Amino acid sequence: MSDYAWPNPATRPLLGKRISRVDGPIKSSGRAKYTYDYNPSGLLVGKILGCPHAHARITSIDTSAAEKMKGVKAVQIIQKPGTEIFWAGDEVVAVAAVDEPTAEDAIRAIKVQYEVLPHFVSDAEPPKNIASTTGPLSQEDFENMEENQVPDAQVIAALQKNGISFRPNADYLKELKGYGVSASVIEALTKAKYATATAARSPYKETSVQTQGDPDKAFASAAAVSEGLYGASCITHCCLETHGMAAEWPSGTEAAAYPGTSLLIHISTQNLSGIAPQVAETVGIPAGNIQVMQQYIGGGFGSKFGPDRWGIAAVQLSKSAGGKPVKIMLDRATEQEVAGMRPSGYARVKIAADKDGKLIAWQSRSWGTGGMGGGGSPPLPYIFEIPNQRKQHIAITTNQGSARAWRAPNHPQAAVITMTAIEDLAAKMNLDPYDLISRNLELTGPRARIYREELPIAAEMMQWKKHWHPRGDKSAGPVKRGLGMSLHTWGGRGHNSNCDLTIHPDGTVEIKMATQDLGTGCRTIIEIVAADTLGIPMKDIKLLIGDSRYPVSGASGGSTTSGGVTSSTRRAAVDARNQLFAKVAPSLKARPEDLEAVNGNVQVKSDPSRRLSWKDACAKLGAMPLTVRGKNPDPSKPPDLTNSGVGGVQMADVSVDIETGIVRVNKMVAVQDCGLVVDVKTAESQVLGALIMGISYALYEEKILDPVTGRMLNPNMEFYRLAGIADIGELKVHMMTGKGYDERGVIGLAEPPVISPGAAISNAVANAIGVRVPFLPLTPDRVLEALEQGGAHASV
Amino acid sequence: MKNDDAPKPDQASGLTRRDFMKISGVGVAMPLVLGPTIVHAAGKDVEVFGPGKVPIALMVNGKKLSAELEPRVTLLDALRDTFNLTGAKRVCDRGTCGACTVLMEGRPVYACSVLAIDAQGKNITTIEGLAEDDALTPVMQAFVDHDAQQCGFCTPGFIVATTHFLQQNPNATPDDLRRGLSGNFCRCGTYDGIRAVALARNAKKNLTDKKTDENLTGEKIVEALS
Repeated sequence: MSDYAWPNPATRPLLGKRISRVDGPIKSSGRAKYTYDYNPSGLLVGKILGCPHAHARITSIDTSAAEKMKGVKAVQIIQKPGTEIFWAGDEVVAVAAVDEPTAEDAIRAIKVQYEVLPHFVSDAEPPKNIASTTGPLSQEDFENMEENQVPDAQVIAALQKNGISFRPNADYLKELKGYGVSASVIEALTKAKYATATAARSPYKETSVQTQGDPDKAFASAAAVSEGLYGASCITHCCLETHGMAAEWPSGTEAAAYPGTSLLIHISTQNLSGIAPQVAETVGIPAGNIQVMQQYIGGGFGSKFGPDRWGIAAVQLSKSAGGKPVKIMLDRATEQEVAGMRPSGYARVKIAADKDGKLIAWQSRSWGTGGMGGGGSPPLPYIFEIPNQRKQHIAITTNQGSARAWRAPNHPQAAVITMTAIEDLAAKMNLDPYDLISRNLELTGPRARIYREELPIAAEMMQWKKHWHPRGDKSAGPVKRGLGMSLHTWGGRGHNSNCDLTIHPDGTVEIKMATQDLGTGCRTIIEIVAADTLGIPMKDIKLLIGDSRYPVSGASGGSTTSGGVTSSTRRAAVDARNQLFAKVAPSLKARPEDLEAVNGNVQVKSDPSRRLSWKDACAKLGAMPLTVRGKNPDPSKPPDLTNSGVGGVQMADVSVDIETGIVRVNKMVAVQDCGLVVDVKTAESQVLGALIMGISYALYEEKILDPVTGRMLNPNMEFYRLAGIADIGELKVHMMTGKGYDERGVIGLAEPPVISPGAAISNAVANAIGVRVPFLPLTPDRVLEALEQGGAHASV
Repeated sequence: MKNDDAPKPDQASGLTRRDFMKISGVGVAMPLVLGPTIVHAAGKDVEVFGPGKVPIALMVNGKKLSAELEPRVTLLDALRDTFNLTGAKRVCDRGTCGACTVLMEGRPVYACSVLAIDAQGKNITTIEGLAEDDALTPVMQAFVDHDAQQCGFCTPGFIVATTHFLQQNPNATPDDLRRGLSGNFCRCGTYDGIRAVALARNAKKNLTDKKTDENLTGEKIVEALS
């Protein structure tokens, strides 16, 4: 029986150490080639003409002038006249030309006329009494109810009473079942009466009021009740490499270079294995004939899972241009306006504790927008399962590009609504929030142990007990200092992954996997696991990723990659090693199970002097290499090597100038668990990066929409401001390792540390200036307004 | 902001900075000629290029590179699209983020905000010109050692900027650093590593990874507190 379990610390030379990322040199020397850098001879440049209106109907498109221009090779109408457009920047026409200036001229020469329709882009607090929808439910209404977890009974009642304005077919019902929609709801949907849609729909979609326990009684009996307004604005992903794809239909010698490939795609994606199926469906060719490539990606953060409409346009333009490569990379303004945003999330919260400081009641009316999709619903109250609750969420549909997953979807908003309310309650009770949180850890369920271990470490790193003061820095002068904290969690179980590992008779080891390294250290951890298992140096592993011809591995979303790729690699490496042992054992006069692979040798455990060098051992394979496939999950090869449910604690130390409203972060600390840490160095970098991204969205970032035009006012990088190197303060990271963590297995780390910074910084600002600034980002105007109102919460 | 309904570039309003740059200096339509024409404008003799493609010669990393390009093509686009020097990245494309930083006459410039025609006759150094073949410069090696990169898209620009910064400030203080490297943005959040690189006092020595286990380990703190 092979032992796939992660080795213990004494027998792992690489796993859990500090190792530099393996693709560091190629990136730092500028030689790494990204999709944006793909530049084959004969490349045509594609450009997109977007709709300038937030809501409109296309009435006519005239591309004749563009088509006649010298150097223009293809023009593709993406959305035809008559189509209703729901957000500014949505794609209307694409062109391909011999170079970028020509493509830009061609775009300018296209005439599109629109019937401009009324738009709605406000995510301000919804009116108290939202008129309930009386007409039949649209497919979107229905899906929003499901996404917002409206109780089944209420969905069924609405279906019976209102009917539906769409016709669900068998495929759709099957899809719903796949998403976990209950059988009773599906049955009610099939029985619902059809009626044509009524006009004018409300932008507000309310969930039902969800109640548990007896909140009224709990609030009445509470020792302290705090009420407040909290939230975070819409932000964008702002990937430095904009979204884009290059497509070509190889012919002649090109085709010979790519046997079996009729469509070759280079794309900036988090989902290398998942692109071909999505393109095949739209383009109508077998997915197996599509080859997808990507070696390096300039950021995704949850926004790059599909081919997108511009990618499909590149495929079609290439077809029209005789198969020549066409590359469409979005310009910065389009990237900011349509290629990814994080939904806003706001709430009015009432929270209560008993005389012992135990949280007993929660009430929230939350709202936010995710564009046309309506947006997600933050899991409230966050982390703490408060016994008595009443809550309701209102999703606002706005005329802007739909939300995309942004690192830890819904969690940062939930933290910024919950951890702030808890801090305000602590202030009201004259308690240190550290103590209030500590007293309520049992409400966090299975992660209570982790938080209990992390909290004192974070406090020590921040010197919390020494520096914390009751709300409002009473020192003289305009610059006030304060501390704040927050807790977070995330799943992070490894995704499905296949790893092919080959040992060649000359000792070369080759790994193939159709995964992607977003800069998280994916390549590095795969090599660490393989080299650690085989007892050879990492430089002797040849790792091939980023090509869809390799074995399928999951999309990099939801912190699932680390657990997935390390588990499949570990199983492949253990099997390959054991097969090699079987070949080598006779010549070492030992049984295969008595061998080990360490320090570049295959040797007898009990007598290391009986050994072969790795190269000599591999020579025993004879003429044929050995290939094995490792998988995740693989119940036939226990144990489970990955896990779910991490805990983290963060603290912030800020200074606020109450004359200018400027907030500066002096220091942040993060204590983070992610099970078995494969590489401490890249793990720390991931957490440091999350702190910096958190400082950025806490203080600066906001997607600002103009109510008059419905367009984004800051689709650039001057006014959509990211934190710079001068804005970050001192950062300290501590990864939880050793007993209690290692044996949990590998858990992903991309989402969790980006959840808490907003809440921790908001709490630190409140602690410094004595009043709560309700919404992120904590810009000078918001800080000054909160100070002026003296804590009476600002209107949205 | 790109506005697709914007007036044509020859109308005064609605010009972006780039549009203005692209057409500035051109007062009258000039016939296509080889070599620049000189016109007198704003009290100075000004070279006029275009319209249409004109021969352009650039001195990049010690080599002369020639091509026929439209006068509106930026140095960045010429380097990337025409000469396949893709280390400098196009990110904001309007002089904010620094991902396209190259050295011109030894000083860092945003290549997206310099026209290729204006870069003629000047020595340009790109990230590719800093190191030979597969070698790394000490600054590049320090970026690796301090893990001062994640996705790596801002990294070449940051390395060009940091290289110049450290030449000018071999004993940089945190304040120098805040001023000197604020012209580059990173989205993954690699500033902590970059700061460690830049604050190492000598770029050639002392750039080993010092960020080892200085922090108290969790077990020790838990022990101490229990």
